[in-house]
Amino acid sequence: MSSEPIYQLTVSPDFTPSHISGWYIFNTWLQRCLNARVHCELYDDFESQRQAIVDDRVDLIYANPFDAAMLVREKNFTALAKAMGVTDECVIAVAETSHITCLEDLKPGTRLAKTDDPDINLIGMIMLESVDLSDDSVTPLLVDSYVLVAKALIQNNAEVGFFLKDAFNEFSGAVRKQLRPLVSSEISDIQHMLLASPRLMAHTEPLRQALADMPKHLQGNSVLEALNFTGWQLLEQEDTEFMIDMIDTLKAK
Amino acid sequence: MLNDMNESGVLAPYREYNQPLFQYGVRHLLVNDTEVPYPDGKLIVSRTDTLGIITHCNQSFVAMSGYTQAELIGAPHSILRHPDMPSIAFKGLWDDVQAGNIWHGYVKNLRKDGAFYWVYATVIPNVRNGGVVGYTSVRRKPSRAKIQAAITLYQTLKTQENAHWEGPQS
Repeated sequence: MSSEPIYQLTVSPDFTPSHISGWYIFNTWLQRCLNARVHCELYDDFESQRQAIVDDRVDLIYANPFDAAMLVREKNFTALAKAMGVTDECVIAVAETSHITCLEDLKPGTRLAKTDDPDINLIGMIMLESVDLSDDSVTPLLVDSYVLVAKALIQNNAEVGFFLKDAFNEFSGAVRKQLRPLVSSEISDIQHMLLASPRLMAHTEPLRQALADMPKHLQGNSVLEALNFTGWQLLEQEDTEFMIDMIDTLKAK
Repeated sequence: MLNDMNESGVLAPYREYNQPLFQYGVRHLLVNDTEVPYPDGKLIVSRTDTLGIITHCNQSFVAMSGYTQAELIGAPHSILRHPDMPSIAFKGLWDDVQAGNIWHGYVKNLRKDGAFYWVYATVIPNVRNGGVVGYTSVRRKPSRAKIQAAITLYQTLKTQENAHWEGPQS
């Protein structure tokens, strides 16, 4: 029996379904890069992924910014890189047939469809705050995916929904035609990031270099294409601290 | 360094004020009553050092303030100080963040062109290796109801401040 460790790679459950295969391709590249065994585990929801983090089962994670704060401050993870040009933005949308034309039309008691994606829900509620709506004054409908948020709007089970912008933009034309965006965030400073656990400490620097060099190689390029990324931007500790500070300001009540 | 405002680029008509600013003496302000609405979906982000000197600002800050990034970096955050804001609001801010706490509040900001915009601001201390190295401020769109409440409160506080200030002189 080999005593060689098996590391675990996981990805924030809010990644778009069309990129599932991309993460498995990334995992294959990663194993070659590290010359180590890495298992790619994709969790269905944030709760089960957080439990894996608490249990110290995760070694490398493409994390939601909310979880990044916890991973860095409580679990001593190191931020390696973020995808170039990819930011977490929220679209607030209604059904195409809805009488609601702007945020000001939303009233207390509004039925809101959302997933358990923490940063999109936070950004969405910040946008609703400007029309005096809060968690206490909306009627939430929690569903498992952005497709189900769309379905809730189309079937009039909710009046308004929160979407990750990338997920909204990837809906088919048939779905998009039945939805109407009211407002989209333009924050730019909140992003997912790739973080490594203390167990991966010895591999951190070679991995950072390999991530930075990915676009220079044919194989790296095809992996990036599968993820729909153009490249990785390396993160310094202060970049990570800054984003965590930002998330803290947004979470503060 | 904080220069006085001059009429070049300031919307007319304007009122003139001499605004005392902590550590910067008095700044001559030109103020116009045009409100620039806060855009939906945007966040204004800045960081300062422990003295309130701006070290980082995002594009939304540049767009809403009317200053260039080069003008903002190195300037004190009080470059946005509107004369309608009571001093006690900023005293509360500094007391809170210097004690290591988070501060929230509604703020009327002065643009380079003399117009104004309202924000809901949150300021937190940036703690590194156990020490405060600066502050991060994130501003977002406030509701009209909250702005109206702030206008009423700040007018009262300004009246009290002016009465207190003018008393000894009269």
